[in-house]
Amino acid sequence: MIEIDQITKTYGTVNAVDAVSMTVETGSITVIVGTSGSGKTTLLRMINRLEEPTSGEVRINGTSTSTVKPHLLRRRIGYAIQGHGLFPHHTVARNIGAVPELLKWSRDEINARVDELLALFSMDPAEFRDRFPAELSGGQQQRVGVARALASRPDLLLMDEPFGALDPIIRTRAQEDLRHIQRKLGSTIMLVTHDMEEAISLGDRVAVMDGGKLVQYAPPAEIISRPATDFVANMVGDVERPLRLLSLISVAEIIEPGEADGEALPETASLRDALSACLWTGCDALPATRGGTVVGRVTLKAIRARAGAHE
Amino acid sequence: MMGIRTHLSPPGLLFAILGLAALLAPFMTLAANRIVAGDGIVAWRVAGPAITVPGVAAVMIGLAMGLVATWTRLRLLGAVFGLAGLLWLLSRSAPILLTQAGEYARVSPAAGFWCLLVIFMLLMADALAALKPGPFMRAVLLFAVLAALVLVLHSGLLSDLSVLQEFSSRRDAFFTEFQRHLGLAFGSLAAAALIGFPLGILCHHRAGLQGATLPVLSFLQTIPSLAMFGLMIPILGWVGNTVPGAQAIGIAGIGFAPAFLALLLYSLLPVVGNTVAGLAATPPAALEAARGMGMTPRQRLLRVELPLGLPIILTGLRIVLVQNIGLAVIAGLIGGGGFGTFVFQGLNQTATDLILLGALPTVVLALTAAILMDTLVELTRRIPEETA
Repeated sequence: MIEIDQITKTYGTVNAVDAVSMTVETGSITVIVGTSGSGKTTLLRMINRLEEPTSGEVRINGTSTSTVKPHLLRRRIGYAIQGHGLFPHHTVARNIGAVPELLKWSRDEINARVDELLALFSMDPAEFRDRFPAELSGGQQQRVGVARALASRPDLLLMDEPFGALDPIIRTRAQEDLRHIQRKLGSTIMLVTHDMEEAISLGDRVAVMDGGKLVQYAPPAEIISRPATDFVANMVGDVERPLRLLSLISVAEIIEPGEADGEALPETASLRDALSACLWTGCDALPATRGGTVVGRVTLKAIRARAGAHE
Repeated sequence: MMGIRTHLSPPGLLFAILGLAALLAPFMTLAANRIVAGDGIVAWRVAGPAITVPGVAAVMIGLAMGLVATWTRLRLLGAVFGLAGLLWLLSRSAPILLTQAGEYARVSPAAGFWCLLVIFMLLMADALAALKPGPFMRAVLLFAVLAALVLVLHSGLLSDLSVLQEFSSRRDAFFTEFQRHLGLAFGSLAAAALIGFPLGILCHHRAGLQGATLPVLSFLQTIPSLAMFGLMIPILGWVGNTVPGAQAIGIAGIGFAPAFLALLLYSLLPVVGNTVAGLAATPPAALEAARGMGMTPRQRLLRVELPLGLPIILTGLRIVLVQNIGLAVIAGLIGGGGFGTFVFQGLNQTATDLILLGALPTVVLALTAAILMDTLVELTRRIPEETA
């Protein structure tokens, strides 16, 4: 559990981060979202003490970060940044093994961990281990950057706009991969982005920052349905709110008994996908499947009712 | 015949035209003694036809072989052929020219020879560049060229030439000054590295220090070299006279110490400047990542900044080494020794060949150092460049 307690960072007379308090549960993804200058990156960088807080403190599993030497603290916290920051003169294996090397793991342990992580990120160890970063595609560089941040099995992974340099198609894929790997490893992740779409699709909880203040800290559905301020509502985008909400709900939640014609939807699909399929095929209802067998149907009416429900 | 036209090498054509023109210039100079100006003799008059015909023919054929762009190996062979022709003309004609002249007569290569020598070296370099030899291959080629040079000089083929007569009467002094020259150039380089690397690293971390240091070093660089060596005389003379024990370790107004210090001062800017530039060349994201993963400042320097800046830092050392080999000649003026000794003796005596005895080895030394350092820089650059 990460507890951020009344943390403030002042530059001159400006409070870049103003008395922010929040608690992050172990094994969850928390996305900090805000416009540039909102203090989101400063907040993140105060957690591994790349910035020293002016006041307040951060506790990781009950221990205040101020009691540990900064460089020792950082070796326990993974850090992935925009533009990956890989060392151009080191191979992929040396890059991923950088933190274990600092922690003086044995050569065998490091090699095993590198291969394990490369496999986890769908990169063949034999093929990629000895390549240099310049010999990888943008998406591969980004994956190696995240693998490096995860190498020492850190208590917490901080990510500062990790997908910012990727083009949209690769970005979606990278987000899915991250979600998948986080579920598999049970990592605790705090991620900074300016993209509300990314925040909603990735976050278990979303923290919206504005002018150094934390204006709302809630699960994505609540951010969409009950924005705390006009700023949050603006960030979500009024017009797209119903669609964003639908994208968070799976078909499984509104399956009803009955039959329908047309192409079946898996129950794991989102209601946004279901709505799209209904509009595209011109059907009022479509069959829904669980594990390949039809278990009921999804109706346009039910989708509409769910979108208007606002929880 | 379109093909021939498109395959003509532009530099090869230029070399051929310049080479033919150079053949018209005096090839050798015959002088009554080592001081007076001699008479120029063109290549086809330096000896009888049995010597000049094959020699001049080899030069012209060598130039012709350099013309076709696509036949790189033939061009290389042409350069070797032409050089052999020059060596033939030089070594065969020198004794013949001397027999017709007096006891003190001197014979030396003239403008035509030097021009052709440079042209064939350029042709060789141009052909080699097209072959794109790797760093190791280049070192081997350099060694081969130097070995050939030593072999020719050692064989006595050219011992009738004036510059080698100057050499044979100063054989011991030559090797002493050679060592002295190396000592000045490499010693000041080592001292500049010892002072410059730490200073550069400090400057990298403290912007204030950098702002104060680099302008001072730049100012030192702008002092004309003759003035710099001259300035050392009163300064070190004063130190030698006032600081106890200074004279005992060789610090005086003239000699090795002031020359060494002047070279050191010239070396600091390239070393410090390139160290700062090399360290600053680290991609900011890589540095941020290094900090974020918990590297100490020392680890960041040793594992990230220095390895990534090494090619730039070594380039600084290359500049210093080549610069100091040349500048060390001026040390001869203040009794610092080195090849400059011969240059200034030659200037005083108006003996051109004695000047050459100092200048030619300096040029060869500087070229050798430049090629070796380039090879080293390239070896450290073998990491693929970062893609966008």
